Amino acid sequence: MTQPTIMSPEVKPVHYFVYGLLGVIFGITLIKSEVVSWFRIQEMFRFQAFHMYGVIGSAVVVAAISILLMKRFRARDIHDRPIAVAPKDMKRGISVSVGGLIFGFGWALTGACPGPLYALVGSGYSVMIVALLSALVGAWTYGQLKPRLPH
Amino acid sequence: MLMLELISQPWPWYIAGPIIGLMVPALLYVVGQPFGVSSSLQHTCAAILPGRAEYFKYDWKKQGGWNLVFVGGIFIGGIIAGLFLGGGESVAISEATRTDLSAIGVTDFSGYIPAELLSWSALGSLPGFICLVLGGFLVGFGARYAGGCTSGHAISGLANFQLPSLVAVIGFFVGGMLVTYFVLPYLL
Repeated sequence: MTQPTIMSPEVKPVHYFVYGLLGVIFGITLIKSEVVSWFRIQEMFRFQAFHMYGVIGSAVVVAAISILLMKRFRARDIHDRPIAVAPKDMKRGISVSVGGLIFGFGWALTGACPGPLYALVGSGYSVMIVALLSALVGAWTYGQLKPRLPH
Repeated sequence: MLMLELISQPWPWYIAGPIIGLMVPALLYVVGQPFGVSSSLQHTCAAILPGRAEYFKYDWKKQGGWNLVFVGGIFIGGIIAGLFLGGGESVAISEATRTDLSAIGVTDFSGYIPAELLSWSALGSLPGFICLVLGGFLVGFGARYAGGCTSGHAISGLANFQLPSLVAVIGFFVGGMLVTYFVLPYLL
């Protein structure tokens, strides 16, 4: 997904409150399950514990069942639009593989993907704001270079 | 206060994983968009410093407003967990990992992140700079190049049986293992 699709216009403050609340629940879960921990990420990349695989694996299973049910029952969203999950674009396979590899390098160095970066800064590890700002610079650099990169 | 005591303990994977998984249908229902965190980086760039890039030229409030509020929530969730729900205690990683990390020079196992690499005092050292600044840069660049991070590809993408997401996740792991085995041992 290079450009997010257009949002429905009738977004009210209560909707924003729900987006924020979901973020709060997600943030607390990231901290309390320790997936924000550099040590846990090392344990994962060294295949020395089930914890991270359990978290990601059960998240995928629950999400997959949810999506299947939503499709099966032709669920509609809060704005009464049919729920459809946009497919990810493979293009020539270069962006997902090379981009994925680069992301993996960063994930092992910082021990945090974007969600945990926000949660760690909130939980008092103020130094992670450096990693978060660097991630912003990384995203900005990608945006500037995008036309010249193979995808 | 039994409840508070209970949720102040580290949460097992079978509690945390399903909660994270439920973010996918919850966001599809309230936003109509798939779960993803790293697009917030794109929206923030579009809002603050789009430059001349086509990639940042869109109505970020309309398309990314929900996402920015969602990541603001993640930040607040971090504050709540940090202040009221315990934490900060050392993470009960496996003995094997502890041994391996000790062997490459990590000695401080207190808290969620190693002070030798990820702290204000480490920022001035080469290993700290590499982990925080270079690592952060690669996370942001790689996630946007790949079109998603752990949430967008590994969770919502895999849950929707997307082949590009599987390729990306394999990339995440190959990249992470290369750094784990061939870079980190020489950093400290």
